[in-house]
Formats: sequence, structure tokens, C-alpha cells
Amino acid sequence: MSGSLGRAATALLRWGRGVASGGLRGPGVRAAGSGAGGASAERLDALVKKDKVVVFLKGTPEQPQCGFSNAVVQILRLHGVRDYAAYNVLDDPQLRQGVKDYSNWPTIPQVYLNGEFVGGCDILLQMHQNGDLVEELKKLGIRSALLDETEGQDSK
Amino acid sequence: MELSAEYLREKLQRDLEADHVEVEDTTPNRCASSFRVLVVSAKFEGKPLLQRHRLVNACLAEELPHIHAFEQKTLTPEQWACEQQK
Repeated sequence: MSGSLGRAATALLRWGRGVASGGLRGPGVRAAGSGAGGASAERLDALVKKDKVVVFLKGTPEQPQCGFSNAVVQILRLHGVRDYAAYNVLDDPQLRQGVKDYSNWPTIPQVYLNGEFVGGCDILLQMHQNGDLVEELKKLGIRSALLDETEGQDSK
Repeated sequence: MELSAEYLREKLQRDLEADHVEVEDTTPNRCASSFRVLVVSAKFEGKPLLQRHRLVNACLAEELPHIHAFEQKTLTPEQWACEQQK
């Protein structure tokens, strides 16, 4: 079996397992799965609310397939955010379109914090630059690693 | 569909009543599928970033499906004046 059918089947299997086990928790970023198995609004609603930080990427955090998705991964890494759910839309055309419709946002990547749509790469980057991201993470109970770094730099 | 930097610039300027618009074709070979835009408009005043970007997205709703990559910066006239002084 090859091609998209095979991939779709694998994606569905993975999705099913993810749900049954309540997600794959572990050290580092959870590859939250690649298939939403039909990306209805209800399903996406549950998906974005399941984890505090949820990103929809082209590719995976380990291997982003697009510069903008990579930027999102790098920004989260800079802030020391490790525990987030990442969904690869390239593995699932339904999810790719479904999340655009759900968010009313035309591009990937997309970032959700606490179930709320934050924006794409540009917005996350600007939030990173103007300090808003540190504050937003704080609201989620996540302490940005940049805070520690700033303190370290003060002694320079 | 015509997708030139100039076309996008005119549309953004008109629909968002923008003071200033810059559109850069960021495709390596200038094949007009990736763009970076800067829009300065009083319509952004009092609106958070997400709402500003949504205005731009709505303005280019017909074009965006044909654009592969799209970066945007949205400023109020006041913010733009500040940036220029830097």
C-alpha cells in the first residue's frame, strides 16, 4: 500500500490511539498526531482545548517543512515551551482545510493558547518581540525561559 | 488572477483606506506567489494585532488562496511615524 491512502490510514490509526491514551505525554514536544480523522468544528474545538499550547504546522517540530512553521517552533523553543501539541497538516488535507475554516485564518502555521486562536507566525513573532508572549504564557502558568536568560544577562 | 505586488498594493490601499502600503514580492524568482506587506491605516487604531491581520486577510480573501506565503505588518499612522523616527 502506498501513496495517500496508506498515509491516511496511518494517520487515522495514530489519531485513534492518541485519543484512547489521552495523548502521548513524555519529555519534549508531543507529536500530537497528524490526523484529525475528519476535521469537523466540534473535533477541532476539542483539539485546541485539549492542550494549553497547540500549534498546527507544516511538518513536525523536529522537521518543519516550511520557514514560517519553523519560526513558530523556534520561538516556542526560545521560551522553553516544551509541552505543546503539534499537528502536521501536511499529513491530513482535511485538517489542513478544516483548521483554516475553524480559525477563519487562511494560512498555516496557526497557534492556539488556552483554546484561543492567537494568530500565525507574524503575530507570534511580534508577540515575542514586544514581550506579550511572556505575559500570555504566564497566564497559562508557563514561565518563559527568556525570563531566566534576561536575569543571567544582567550580570554581563 | 492577476497577482502582482502593485495590484495587491492598490487593493490594500483602497479597501483599508491606508496611508501607506508596501508590498514586496518575496518569491526568490519573483514569480509572485509570496509577499510581504506593510499596511499603515487609521482603521487599525484600537484593534489588537489579530483583528488587524484579519482585516488584511479579509481584504485579500480572493487572492490569498493563490498566494503561497504571506507576511504582514500592520501599523497605525502613529506607530508608523514612530518607526520612521528610529
